[in-house]
Amino acid sequence: MNTVTVEASELTRAYGGRAVVSNVSFNLNKGEVLGFLGPNGAGKSTTMKMLTGNLAPTSGTVKICGIDMIDNPKEAKALIGYLPETPPLYKELTVDEMLALAARMHGVSRAHVKRAVSHVKERTGLTEMGGRLCENLSTGFQQRVGIAQAIIHNPMVVVLDEPTRGLDPIQIRDIRTLIKELGGEHSVILSTHILPEVEMVCDHVQIIHQGQLVFNGEIATLRRNRESNRLRVGLRRPPSIDALLAVPGVTAVEDVDTMLCVTFSQDGDAVAEAVVSAAVNGGWGLYHVAPDMNSLEDVFMQLTEQEDVTA
Amino acid sequence: MKMIFTIAGKELRSLFASPMAWVILALLQLLLGLFFTDAVSRYFVAMQGTMLPEERIGFTAFAIPQVFGVAVLVLLTAVPLLTMRQIAEERKNQTMVFLFSAPVSLFEIVLGKFVGLMSFISLVVGLLLAMTLSMHATTDLDTAQVLTNALGLWLMAASFAALGIFMSSLTQQPIIAAIISFVALLSLVIINYFASDPESPLHYLSLMQHFEPLSRGVLNTADIAYFILFITTFLVLTVRRLDADRLRG
Repeated sequence: MNTVTVEASELTRAYGGRAVVSNVSFNLNKGEVLGFLGPNGAGKSTTMKMLTGNLAPTSGTVKICGIDMIDNPKEAKALIGYLPETPPLYKELTVDEMLALAARMHGVSRAHVKRAVSHVKERTGLTEMGGRLCENLSTGFQQRVGIAQAIIHNPMVVVLDEPTRGLDPIQIRDIRTLIKELGGEHSVILSTHILPEVEMVCDHVQIIHQGQLVFNGEIATLRRNRESNRLRVGLRRPPSIDALLAVPGVTAVEDVDTMLCVTFSQDGDAVAEAVVSAAVNGGWGLYHVAPDMNSLEDVFMQLTEQEDVTA
Repeated sequence: MKMIFTIAGKELRSLFASPMAWVILALLQLLLGLFFTDAVSRYFVAMQGTMLPEERIGFTAFAIPQVFGVAVLVLLTAVPLLTMRQIAEERKNQTMVFLFSAPVSLFEIVLGKFVGLMSFISLVVGLLLAMTLSMHATTDLDTAQVLTNALGLWLMAASFAALGIFMSSLTQQPIIAAIISFVALLSLVIINYFASDPESPLHYLSLMQHFEPLSRGVLNTADIAYFILFITTFLVLTVRRLDADRLRG
């Protein structure tokens, strides 16, 4: 049972004829976390502004739970919580006042405002900060208040533009846990350029490059892209290259740093096993064997560079 | 409707969170109090000097238009200072997104800001009204004329506020908004001095020309309509300007 919460079709935004975002289409289901990846200036924030109704698309439509953002902006906006690039905080208000304002603005009834505020403060670790002025908070705490104001009204869709920016490692961990939690009941869209973060919290990934969607799929697909047909083998007493090539399935051997990089043609597990047993039998002093993973950065580079070649 | 008051409440809170609102309130009260006592003492001097009975006029007709006339000029400088931050600063601090992302229409945002500011201005007008009405204790005050004066001042200030909010929506710099509003308002107030012909359209445009009958105690629908049109025009222009933000980015 999937319910589509966000439906973007052929979103295009042009500034003076230059398309910043072109033809971005995707669907998001309830309970999913979607990561937006892309280099600086790729159009991540512009897309998010269009999703939240802060910017009118040049063409294309956004539907939130079936409600069109352009035809019924009020109803659609009521279903969204949005944290923009800069947390939108009124510096002269205290955290409590700011969050109460956010709750009321999003139609939380007067009787529930107090409860909503204390609940959201608990979730974002702001309980101690209620009386402080937003102006005097550190960047990390301002960011947390920004997240709190985005989720206070329990929106169907939470849109977070770089939620972990300016946070320390412990806060980042907390916020990631929070995002995962949110993913259970809401749909979350977040943008980032921290690649491991996407892997940790997202179910779906979209990579945007120069305003176009170059990758749209599950995180598992991206992970599969990372696996290569190479093993990294560390040997204390390496034999001649030929001896390694004699192991069934091995097609090439390279010397990389202090280790050997073995390329194989067939099933990786069998080759690894064969290499290990050959090493034991030959007394090569095996101390390391691991699949040679492409880093996420490599995959990212590949995807964005492919685009350059075809363009 | 509820949202308008939520936004108005926030605006009022923001105003009083900064010392500016308190300073403006205190200084206005001091200044207007000084003018008021001065008008009272001048009334005695003037009336002692007049011999003929027909030259003698009542206290209300003598002092009240003077005090409220001064109040208009004082608010002419004070209101741009209050309106300058309304939208310009929200733009600068990127808090406009907060309002744009909330389920409220642009009209509600602008009206909310206007209502918030008008509550503050009503407080100023209310305090002045209370001060003048205190003369009830010692003289036979023409309450109706005092009230039309207060209404006139309130409408003038509302027009200042509407224009100020619009100017604030044009820029990111509060100071620039304040200067443009002040110059625009000043020219609208004194524009009738530039036309010697009383039938000239410049006379009709001048805000002061529509305030004047009210200060004499004449409640004219045409003047009220002028103020309402003036306010509506600038509020609608502000909504249009904000909508352009969303369209053009």
